[in-house]
Amino acid sequence: MLTRRLVFVTGKGGVGKSAVAAALASVAAADGKRVLVCEMDDKGSLAAYLGREELQFVPTEISPNLFAMAMNTEDSLREYIRLFLRVPIIGSLTPLAKIFDFVANAAPAVKEILAVGKLCYEVRERHYDIVIVDAEASGHFVAQVSAPDALASLVRIGIVADQTKWMSDLLHDPHVSTVLAVVTPEEMPVVETLELRERLAKATPIDFAGVVINRMPAVIDDAGVADPTSVDSAPRSSEQSAISMSMSVCAWLAERRANAERYATQLADSFELSNVETLAEASPTEHAPSAITAHLSREVRRVLDGRE
Amino acid sequence: MSTDDIATLPDHRLLSLLDESRMIIVCGPGGVGKTTTAAALGVLAATHFAKRVLVLTVDPARRLATALGLVALGNAEVPVHLDRARGTLTMAMIDTKSSWDDMVRRHAPDERTRDRVLENELYRTLTSRFVHSHDYVVTERLFEAREGGGYDLVVVDTPPSRSALSVLDAPRRMEQFFSSRLLKLLTAPTQSRLLSLASRPFFVVADRILGAAFLSDIAEFFTLFRTMEGPIVARSRRVGSLLAEESTKYAVVTSPEPVAMREAKFLVDELRRRNHRLAAVVANRLVPVRLGDGALKRAVGLEASLADPVGQLAPPERRRLEVLVACEREIAAISAQHGSAVQRIADWGALVVTGEDRGGDITDTASLLALGESLRTRVTTERQE
Repeated sequence: MLTRRLVFVTGKGGVGKSAVAAALASVAAADGKRVLVCEMDDKGSLAAYLGREELQFVPTEISPNLFAMAMNTEDSLREYIRLFLRVPIIGSLTPLAKIFDFVANAAPAVKEILAVGKLCYEVRERHYDIVIVDAEASGHFVAQVSAPDALASLVRIGIVADQTKWMSDLLHDPHVSTVLAVVTPEEMPVVETLELRERLAKATPIDFAGVVINRMPAVIDDAGVADPTSVDSAPRSSEQSAISMSMSVCAWLAERRANAERYATQLADSFELSNVETLAEASPTEHAPSAITAHLSREVRRVLDGRE
Repeated sequence: MSTDDIATLPDHRLLSLLDESRMIIVCGPGGVGKTTTAAALGVLAATHFAKRVLVLTVDPARRLATALGLVALGNAEVPVHLDRARGTLTMAMIDTKSSWDDMVRRHAPDERTRDRVLENELYRTLTSRFVHSHDYVVTERLFEAREGGGYDLVVVDTPPSRSALSVLDAPRRMEQFFSSRLLKLLTAPTQSRLLSLASRPFFVVADRILGAAFLSDIAEFFTLFRTMEGPIVARSRRVGSLLAEESTKYAVVTSPEPVAMREAKFLVDELRRRNHRLAAVVANRLVPVRLGDGALKRAVGLEASLADPVGQLAPPERRRLEVLVACEREIAAISAQHGSAVQRIADWGALVVTGEDRGGDITDTASLLALGESLRTRVTTERQE
């Protein structure tokens, strides 16, 4: 996974894409790689998981070797015009950007190509060993990553048409680029992940590395605990109601784990087993974003060590 | 778990909120149970009031659709059977592509324009791929639902996170779009377009980026689209005022996760900035109160039994108590985290509604009703302006 140079981390909203991307980036940087991690939507969750208020288009060095940025299509357009069109830009781009924003909304794939183009550019120029993308949620992601293919079929001439080729080449090369889907063991995320793989395969020949199950609840050792007859052995009858409450608590946690296992099994059945990895849920005391990143980094490390 | 629900009575403040609303727009980050909450509110309203309720959803979970007895939830409005309901419930999903086609069919000035739009390559790509195209369609559907006279209450489940805001802004954007200089430029004859000084920087860049052929495709599409300006703008204005009406209420759903709450708070602020009526924040997926309450005390009690030197505990019994202690400690920690999350949500100054984590519990309309009836409002202090 971390041997590729462009890794897209996607999944349904709320499954922890940003946290997993932050953890992967931290682990790769700890291994001595020069890492760029990029948030594609403007929610700012990646910043939170990296312990920052916000991220800019210009990468910030979070820790040695770990750089983070937030995608911004206006800045990307500015850079693009400067690098490729050699049109001098004097002062603000705002009036142009407004018009551009409009056409970009109207002309499909233009906005997406600027975002994906920037990532591909960083990969091509080898400014970093690995670019990890905290990508859009599954639905928008397919449109984004297949933008060069889509645009190539719509625009046959012009600079964009020439530009889409090298981007597609990078994105389609399984040694360079791959997609990792994050999922939580719940119904909708699982359904959406299965759909994502299908839709992605139809839209573009990008490699699909596999699935990471995030927030897997711990196993509850409930042997004998949930058996109501065992209440009789409680030392004093006054404690019986407390004990039976404790048993309900235990049963609730066990059911939560059982539900999660059911969805994990469904995923494992649908994907090849070796391509599904599981990251344990953080303990309730580790709920701050930076604590979650630290926890997930340990989990990612455990998984990577296990694969060797 | 569901045996505890039998005695539950619905929250009266929540019921009056449902009673006084004609539209409830449900927003929230992804993965917090937004769609389920919207459906539960719909079931609750249709059960307790003699109202015709419509739930408009963007993407229902399969199991939720099954729970509502819906085989295929397409663009059509599907009646949902409810036991012992005073009102009726209808469910509909918004399919972007077919909604756009319907809209073009409805507003095109003549058959020729209609067919040319429907067959336009750019139109097809736009409606099936263009992310924001969904927002305009929601606008159109809201108009139909409210002005069609078929419903007394419309519950709208919006797309996750800030995409909800672009739905709310869509009517205004649509209006601006038709009155924009850019549209006039794009749809002007090529000759005058090239002469227009204002267009120069744009066309220099646009031509070089996209190629002139693609630009004329865009122009052709917009020229056709402009023929529908009148009715579309009129509707957008009407929906814009519907969204601001007294009887249109907004609810933000969140989980107790810090990152979800951060996003929910952003939505709360943005709704307020737009002067929308934020009726409630639903703190969802909380550990059930009956389990969390007193967990720490029970853990301490169990630990005392474990430490008791008098009663010689048999190893299996000791093991059992240890497991129970671990579970109680776990639930106490989750419960404490959720408690402080709810406290922080209360500081946002809106009515707080708490919803419990029900795992895989939603299997039929009865369980949706039970979910709706288990929602609880919390009294909070008034927001300091």
